[in-house]
Amino acid sequence: MWHDAALVAAKDLRIEARSRVALWQVVPFAVLVLVLLAFAIGPDQAALRHAAPGIFWVALLFSTVLAIQRSVAVESGEGTRDGLRLSGIDPAGIFLGKAAAVGLQLLVLELVLWAGVTVLFDVRVHVAWLALVSCLLATVGLACAGVLYGALSAGLRVRDTLLPILVLPVLAPVLLAGSKVWDAALSGNTASGTQWLKILVPFALVYFVVGLVLYGPLQEAA
Amino acid sequence: MSTVPRVGPRPRWLDPIGVLGVVALGLTVWLGLWITPPDRTQGDLARLLYIHPPIATVALYWVGIVAAGGSLLYLWPRTRSLFWDRLAASAVEVGAVFSALTLVTGSLWGRPAWGTWWTWDARLTSTALLLILEIGYLALRRVPADAAVRAKRCAVAALLIAVDIPLVHFSVDWWNTLHQGGTFIDPGFQIHASASMSWTFLVGLVAFSLIFVWLLGERYRIEVLQDAVGDQLLEVSLAERWSEDAALVGAGAPTAAGGPGHGEGSP
Repeated sequence: MWHDAALVAAKDLRIEARSRVALWQVVPFAVLVLVLLAFAIGPDQAALRHAAPGIFWVALLFSTVLAIQRSVAVESGEGTRDGLRLSGIDPAGIFLGKAAAVGLQLLVLELVLWAGVTVLFDVRVHVAWLALVSCLLATVGLACAGVLYGALSAGLRVRDTLLPILVLPVLAPVLLAGSKVWDAALSGNTASGTQWLKILVPFALVYFVVGLVLYGPLQEAA
Repeated sequence: MSTVPRVGPRPRWLDPIGVLGVVALGLTVWLGLWITPPDRTQGDLARLLYIHPPIATVALYWVGIVAAGGSLLYLWPRTRSLFWDRLAASAVEVGAVFSALTLVTGSLWGRPAWGTWWTWDARLTSTALLLILEIGYLALRRVPADAAVRAKRCAVAALLIAVDIPLVHFSVDWWNTLHQGGTFIDPGFQIHASASMSWTFLVGLVAFSLIFVWLLGERYRIEVLQDAVGDQLLEVSLAERWSEDAALVGAGAPTAAGGPGHGEGSP
């Protein structure tokens, strides 16, 4: 399973490295969301600094939807999904591989967004490990849930409009917990931050396990 | 060719359940508005609590059990049957109505009690998210597909929603909470209400549960009829196509371009 996952992840990342869609479309989109939300809030530094954690996570969530759509689109070519299914690769391996590829792209996105809020909103993270752990946990959860919902909408003509309405409400706990952890990391309130990690851990764990179990049936249904 | 879809007869228990539900609802209204006394602290406002918690109970628990149970039983190979798929889908659709009603009745209560129609209270927010999740499921349900494919896809979606709900609940609960705790029953299961109030609440719970079962049965029936009509439309258009071909063959071979029926009749 792990070997299969590595194969699938390498394939997706290789496609990404050659097409550069993530680099030229998803990353600029994430920065664009930062800028647009800053426009919506106004030039007041204090208000922007206060809203920075929420803006970071909203930008990440929207970009996650794009990353998932891209991950599905890679398999939407003529017979590509059937090819992957018939290759004998364990569905759990496919799930893990695709999640790993999406997760790696999300990590890069988070770095860019982190730099973005630091520069644009003049915020400084006081408890860096808290922010880092929240990003890592959220990445696992977002990638696993995202790939599952991507598979759910794969092969549908309406998938691009359907995916956001399906996946964004599901990701709401990540937005809530992530924003709170970042709030705590910015203000140095470690106790409140660690409490909110207790939402991110089960979220990541649940979608990781559910994905391993349900990706097979989902693949048959697509 | 018959124009009536081939489905079984309407189940006999459906109408009595509906009648019982409506009678129990009438009884709740009568007890709630005329028989029970006004609450000591909330006055007449407390009368909304005879319908709001029962509706919420149906929206959260009954719907959750039927939808998650049905989806799980569909995915389990030994119990795989379209019955479970249709039951789960019907439960989610009826559940969306009950979730919306929970929000509306809660909002009606919140305006005088809290001074606002909407507040980002934990239970309000998680119920609103539940409604959005249900709408997402119903949107997925409406995407045309083969019955078995759609059933599997929807069953997985329902289970994904089911695992998300506790996470949504806890995160929103920690995020902000203003909603009052258990009204009638505290954690020690001590009932804090007069006998007539408790009975009215209980009758309300029975009424909305019966109405849920009734609506579930009706919705299930519509689901069966819809599938039957879909199958029949397919048969009709196939038959039309064949008769067209037969007519063409009878009239001589069609020319490649502009033959009669060219470019039409495809379903």
